This record gives sequence, structure tokens and C-alpha cells, in this order.
Amino acid sequence: MRGITFDVAHMLAGSLVLVSFMQLYQDRLYALLNIFALHALILAASVAWQAFIQDAPHLYLTAMIALVFKAIVIPVALHRIIVKLGIHREIETAVGVGPAMLLGMGLVALSMVVMLRVTAEADPLAREDLAFALSVVLLGLLMMVTRRNAVSQVIGFMSLENGLVLAATGAKGMPLVVEISVAFSVLIAFIVIGIFLFRIRERFDTVDLQALDRFRGERR
Amino acid sequence: MTFDALSGVLLIPALSAGLLAALPGYRLTARLNVLAAFLSFATAVSLFVVEPTSGPYLLVDDLNKVFIVLTTFVGFTTAVFSANYIGHEIEIGRLTPTYVRFYHAMYQVLMFAMNLALVANNIGLMWVAIELATLTTVLMVGIYRTHEALEAAWKYFILGSVGIALALFGTILIYMAAKPVIGEGVSAMVWTVLVMHAAKFDPALLNVAFVFLLLGYGTKVGLAPLHAWLPDAHAEGPTPISAVLSGLLLNVALYALLRFKMLLALNPAAIAPGPLMVTMGLISCVFAAFMLYKRRDIKRMFAYSSIEHMGIIVFAFGMGGPLANFAGLLHMTMHSLTKSAIFFAVGHIAQVKGTQKIADMGGLTVTHPVLGWGLVLGVVAIAGLPPLGIFMSEFLVVSSTFAREPWLVLILVFGILVGLGGMFLRLNGIVFGEPVGPSAKAEASYVPMFAHLAIVAMAGVYLPPALVTGFQNVARLLG
Repeated sequence: MRGITFDVAHMLAGSLVLVSFMQLYQDRLYALLNIFALHALILAASVAWQAFIQDAPHLYLTAMIALVFKAIVIPVALHRIIVKLGIHREIETAVGVGPAMLLGMGLVALSMVVMLRVTAEADPLAREDLAFALSVVLLGLLMMVTRRNAVSQVIGFMSLENGLVLAATGAKGMPLVVEISVAFSVLIAFIVIGIFLFRIRERFDTVDLQALDRFRGERR
Repeated sequence: MTFDALSGVLLIPALSAGLLAALPGYRLTARLNVLAAFLSFATAVSLFVVEPTSGPYLLVDDLNKVFIVLTTFVGFTTAVFSANYIGHEIEIGRLTPTYVRFYHAMYQVLMFAMNLALVANNIGLMWVAIELATLTTVLMVGIYRTHEALEAAWKYFILGSVGIALALFGTILIYMAAKPVIGEGVSAMVWTVLVMHAAKFDPALLNVAFVFLLLGYGTKVGLAPLHAWLPDAHAEGPTPISAVLSGLLLNVALYALLRFKMLLALNPAAIAPGPLMVTMGLISCVFAAFMLYKRRDIKRMFAYSSIEHMGIIVFAFGMGGPLANFAGLLHMTMHSLTKSAIFFAVGHIAQVKGTQKIADMGGLTVTHPVLGWGLVLGVVAIAGLPPLGIFMSEFLVVSSTFAREPWLVLILVFGILVGLGGMFLRLNGIVFGEPVGPSAKAEASYVPMFAHLAIVAMAGVYLPPALVTGFQNVARLLG
């Protein structure tokens, strides 16, 4: 069934890629957090839509987790951490915005070519979803390597996880075990990150990874 | 669920993790930790006597039995070493009692996660277990909370999560490939079902999935372009954790890779996974061998040596065939035992010297003869000199593949020889010559170290026939 259900799913997955691009050119941490919240919101909508068209009620749970946890709790918590720790609010980039956007476009093109070609026989909805999901994953990776602040790397990692959730829900009938574990691992990952941020704060004056780099093990 | 050995290797560590988190007092918890590790090992050995039935979530076969027994054995000896090591760390105030309690609980959680990854019959469950193992080790690496430890843990966390994320994407793709053949639902993620139907999967999807899985789990194995986390994580964490990382966790990730390789091998239209693995293995081996020369930190040096050996093992498994697989399996076992023995020695050496810098060591054979000669023996073993076990397994790797790909094997041998040179160059400065730096009295437990080295030495001369048949079965299974 290709009609409206396909179009909506397509639109939501496409918007997720678009928002991933928006994350790439943010240069303020607060703005980046807001964009990430938007990212998670669209993910929640997309997952809920998948739940509706696949008639898979357990996916609503995944959507709820995305909505409550990723779109609200995490951005608020990170916001407070930034205030509390007095982290620099500008984002330092390793690669300029222009080249990063061009690289991002290249990655999206790559994932389209790869995924659409190899999934020629799968059903069209899952196919498009998977191609978009891979784009989101790669854009998340790109964000992690082009940013220097710990907080923006964490956000890059979480948007990468959003791409994985998109892929997992797009694969029809994938067992519930996995969705819960995906959400759950994000939770654990976040706790770990939280602890790390606090620990880093105890010892360093900055959460900037460049400052961490000074203490490499091999210096005499 | 009835209690059998299969649930035993999972329940014992899980329950003792909870217990250890609740109990105060280092002496008691350290002993309990050893006891729990021993019980897991005994349970694992019993798998050979009574084989439990595999279900939709858990599975036992010849392949993972070998891995489980190796994991629980090294887990047990490391627990013995750790009890001694941690005692010293409390004395000098590097760790507080609260952290030690946390450390012991985490140790058992790690054992649980590794066992779960090995017995999982479901590719999703296996992924969850490896992720859990990663997160646990991240926390353990950062436990000293120094600048270096935090940086290492952060780097490990970021690179490990990226690897894990790529592996999940690969796992989803495998499910997508299986779905049209097996149908929706849990059974499309079960190993035993996947293996039966693999020939009918869409080869193009399988290919892409394997590339993601190789990159993802390959990061955890420490293969060359993706290895950056490994030396830092080994150097900055507590030494028992370095031993477990090198000796066990790398193997568990490799096990995941091998399972997927078996799956791909069953589909004639899919790419052969072998050449990809051979390439990455060779790059890792040669690259790490050169890196050995410039090391100034003793634990980092042995971390690079682990990369080198994982390269050799992946090369052997990539070549495939019963002989090369046998050699790879043997080399993996020998490497786990030898490398953890070396880390036991290194842990005590770093404690008596109060540093990990190679330049501040020297003359260990004079000041601490047992530790010094123990390390010499370990390095002789790991460098692959005859008549020890690693010599034999390396010889098998080379001889079983030479007829098929002489040029590739030449590169491998070049890497091994370069690595040997680097090892001995550094070893010379550590154990011989004039004693340098402070030297506290060693309060070491030598039993785990020499037990491992004795097994390795024995394996060099004589392998029990039962072991040989067992390994041959597994090698055939691997294809």
C-alpha cells in the first residue's frame, strides 16, 4: 500500500535527515540542544506512525520513550549541566560549516546509493526507511568527528542512536527485545556520560576535549 | 527455567554482582569475587560433561564451549590476581573502599555480560550483551579518575559506542535479510534458525550487513584502523582489567565476528568474508609491530602487542579451512593465557616501581628475580620463541596458509619478526642492566601468572588428544 501511509512515513524519515543537517551548522550549545529535541520529537512521531501502519502496539512504547526521554528529559538535563558547570556555550568545530555540510551531502548520497541498490527486493517502505536511517547514522558520526566539545559529541552520538531506532522500527516485526534494549542502552549510555561529565568537571576546568588531549599517555 | 549449567554461567556472576555491591569490607568481597569466578569456571567445565539443551535465547555448541571455558578460567585466575592487586591499591590510597566495592560488582557484571554474549542464541541479545560489557569496562577504565584515566575512558566510550552502533545497524540488516525467508518475529534473529536458512537470504543485504558488522565488532576486536581506544584503555585502567580486556573481551568480540562469518559462508552468492578479514588482520599485525618500538609505557606496549596478535588470529580465521581455523583457535587460547600472565607480572611490577614508564624501570631480574624472570618468560612466550605454545600456534598459522597464499604469509611473518625485535628491545631495558628507580618489596601472588605460563609451556610440547579433537571439531564447524 503506497498511498498516504507511505508518504507520511517518508516525510517523517526525510525530516529526520533534514534536522540532522540542521544540527551540523549550529554554533551555540543551547541551540544545538533545541535542535536535538526537535530531532527526537520527529523520531517519536515517525515511530508512532510506524506503530500505526504496522499495527504494532509495542512500537508506541518506543515512541513514548523517544518522546519523554530523548525529547524532554535529556535536553533539559543537559541544559542544566551546561548552566551548572559553566561550560563554554560556543561550539568549536574541527571542520568548518561549509565543508561539513558538503561532506554530509556526500554521506547522504552514499547511503542512498548503497541502501537502495542492495534492498531492491525489500518492501519499498522499509527500503526508504533504511536508507534514511543510514543517512542519519552517518550524519551523527560526522557530527561526532567534526565537534570538539564533549557535550556536542554526546549529542552527535544520540542522534546517531535515533537513526538506529528509525532503522529498527522500519524493519517490520523486529522483536520487542531489541527496541527496549536500544532505548535502555541510551539510558545507560546517558548515565555514563553524566557521570563522566561530572568527573571531568571535578578535575578539569573545561569539558573541551582538546584540553583532555594534553594528557596523552605517551608524553614523557 | 530449570537450573542447568547454561543458566549457571549467567546466574552465578549476576547474583554475585548484586551481593558484592551490597557487602562492605575489601577482604571479604575480594574472596567472594574469587569464589564466584571459580564457581563460574567449574560450571563452565561441566558443560563438557552434561550438555544442556539450547533454547530460542541461549545456545551451547562446540564453538562457544571453548570460548566459555577460556573466559571463565581467565576470569577466575584474574580474580585471584586482582584480590592481591587491589589490596595494594587500597594500602597506597589509590582506591577507596567504596570504589573497591563498585569495582568487584562491576567485575562480576562484566563476566556476566561476556558469558551472555557467548551463549546468546539471538543476534539482538548478543549485541545487548556486548554493549553491556563495553559500558562496564568504560566505568572500570575510568575508576582511578586521573586525567589520563578519564581521557582513556572517554575515548574508549566514544569509539566503542560508534563501533557498537555500527554493529547494531548490521544486526538490523541481517534481520531484514532473514525476514522474507523466515518470516517476522523473534525466530528471524535466532542463530540456529538463521543458519538453517542462510542459503536463501538476499546476498546483497548480507554483504552490506557484514561490512557493518566487521567495522562494528572489529572496533571492539581492536583491528588496525579502528584500534585507537585500545592502548589508552589498557594503560590507564587497573591492571586486572587490562588482563581481562586483552585476554577475554577482544575474544568475545571476535566470537561475534566468527558467528557472522559462518552465516555468510553458508550463502554461496554472498561475498567471501575471508579476504576482508585477512586484509584487516595483516594491517593490524604489521602496524602494531612497528608501534611496539616507540612505546614508553609498559602497559601500552603490551596493548599494542595484543593488537598484533589479534591481527594474526583474524588473519588465520580469515584464511579459513580446518587447519588455519585450528591454528587460529589455538593461537587465540595461547594469546589469552600468555597476555593475561604478562599483565599479572606487569601489574605487580608497576606497583613495586610506582610507575609504568619503561625508562624508570631496569634491573628487575636483580631486584625482583621472580617477577623479572616471570616477565622474561612471558615475553619469550608472546614473541613466539620455541618451544612455547605461541611458537607452535604461530608456526601452524604460517604453515597451514603458506601453500595457499605465500605472499600474504610473508607479510605476516615480517610483522611477527618486527614485533619480536621491538619486544626484546624494550624488555632488555626493563629487566636487565643496573637497577633503576625505587623498588618496594613485592607482595605478589605468583600462582596465577605461573599457572598460565605453565599451561602455555606445556602446550608447546604436548597437546592432550582430547583438546586436539575438540579444537578440530570447532575448526570444521567454522568452515
